[in-house]
Amino acid sequence: MTPRREQLRVVGNEPVGPYTLLRTARGGVAPGRPGQFFMLEAPGRVLPRPMSLCLAPAGELAFLIDPVGPGTQAICALQPGDRLHVLGPLGNGFRLDVPRPLLVGGGIGIAPLPYTAQALAARASGRGGPPAVLGFRTKEHAEAAVLLPGAEVCIEPTYVTALIPPGLDVLACGPEPMLEAVRAQCPGSQLAWEAPMACGYGACYGCAVEIDGELRRLCIVGPVLTAPGSADRAAAPAPPAAAGEAA
Amino acid sequence: MILNASGCLDALTAPDVAAQLDCFVTKTVTPLPRGGNPPTRIAETAVGMLNSIGLANPGIDRFLAANLPELGALGLRLWVSVGGFSAEEYARSCALLDGRDEVEALELNLSCPNVEEAAESAAQIVAACRAATTKPLWAKLSPANWDIAASARAVEAAGADGLSLVNTIRGLALDPHTNRPRLHTATGGLSGPALKPIALAAVFQCRRVSALPIVGMGGVWNGRDAFELLAAGATHVALGTVLFGDPGAPARIAHELRVELARFGLAASQDASGIAHDHALSFQPPPAS
Repeated sequence: MTPRREQLRVVGNEPVGPYTLLRTARGGVAPGRPGQFFMLEAPGRVLPRPMSLCLAPAGELAFLIDPVGPGTQAICALQPGDRLHVLGPLGNGFRLDVPRPLLVGGGIGIAPLPYTAQALAARASGRGGPPAVLGFRTKEHAEAAVLLPGAEVCIEPTYVTALIPPGLDVLACGPEPMLEAVRAQCPGSQLAWEAPMACGYGACYGCAVEIDGELRRLCIVGPVLTAPGSADRAAAPAPPAAAGEAA
Repeated sequence: MILNASGCLDALTAPDVAAQLDCFVTKTVTPLPRGGNPPTRIAETAVGMLNSIGLANPGIDRFLAANLPELGALGLRLWVSVGGFSAEEYARSCALLDGRDEVEALELNLSCPNVEEAAESAAQIVAACRAATTKPLWAKLSPANWDIAASARAVEAAGADGLSLVNTIRGLALDPHTNRPRLHTATGGLSGPALKPIALAAVFQCRRVSALPIVGMGGVWNGRDAFELLAAGATHVALGTVLFGDPGAPARIAHELRVELARFGLAASQDASGIAHDHALSFQPPPAS
């Protein structure tokens, strides 16, 4: 699916716990595969911010954003009628052809999972959506679980890894320590990693991650990578954190 | 002519972006392969961006065998950026590239802020490369050099055919929570809008002392920025950080530049080159009272 850059109109801005669900008109930008990401213009900033798609309502794209830095705060301040440039879809998403999928999310890492759940449910032809387990830092953050109805939810000090039953095909997104723990517990998991990223399309070399002892560009080889232990692909470490947002 | 700044575009992963340019400049190629610096490699600042990629590249041998034929197949005008850690290393790479018809010119990266510098001066490196190739040599200079005009004169005397002005300038950003540097290497190269006045000054100063053609670069975000670099004395303009947020920037800025040229009744880029100097020279201070 060819990425496309277009200026899209904001059609909605809703709080979801401490996060913001920003909805835009879709224009000619395709929603892509679950786990792929988009570069969103951050008004007044030098670089765009990478975001995975949270939901794809008819004619719209929806992104769940944690306003942690100046760029994400500028994006979250956009109001219906405002416009922003969006480039995507980019990178490699989740493989959905797994027999027993389980969605695992931590914090803002829940972002790509609602769209992923819908895509898996569509494939299951009436047998329902996949099970999901979610972990959050606080009760307020856990309000985002409303985006994934039926998910089992825990709050620190309980970690989401305690909720993962054995024998399922894990598709996970969350902070790096969570992904490391999931990788250790569930070999073969599909993990959506993040890295600071300036361009999203292979130009800046900023999103390098170490894979099998070699630095590779996450925007090209990821952001979804399969943990060692599966038969088809072996990889290690990133939707991505923007250059200004990690702090 | 609009080019990309070396290191800000990979024509093999983004051929559609490279195709909008008049000429593509490769990432810097060094004698040996380099994985580059460990992450974190980039950080945004208020009006710029810091990078510390560390010249990640496949090394000259693999570049010649694998990358160059692929780049050649794209049918682009091609400059290769050459780096090294001694004059001899630069010269060896230039000699290896000398016979490659795909390559139109060589840009000598004499100014990467993220790796150790060669012990020799820029002029000594240019002289060594001049002896190794007949291809046009562009010397890319650092704006950290207070007297960049002196460097320009020196590399011109050593045989450079053009100047590339400027590379990034060293900068530092701290994490607001940990108070530690945000980049793994602590400091990195500052680019983006923050670099534009620095680039303009470098181009302006070098134009005053040298008749060599100049690729002006640093913080070009729109056609007006490109026009100003030309006015300061550049003959060509390169795009860097703007490409990250806007892969359509080359076509957009080329159009905006044409509009800006037309606004001043100028037909082509070369008509704008150096016009800021005419104004400076024609300025008469008011008579002393």
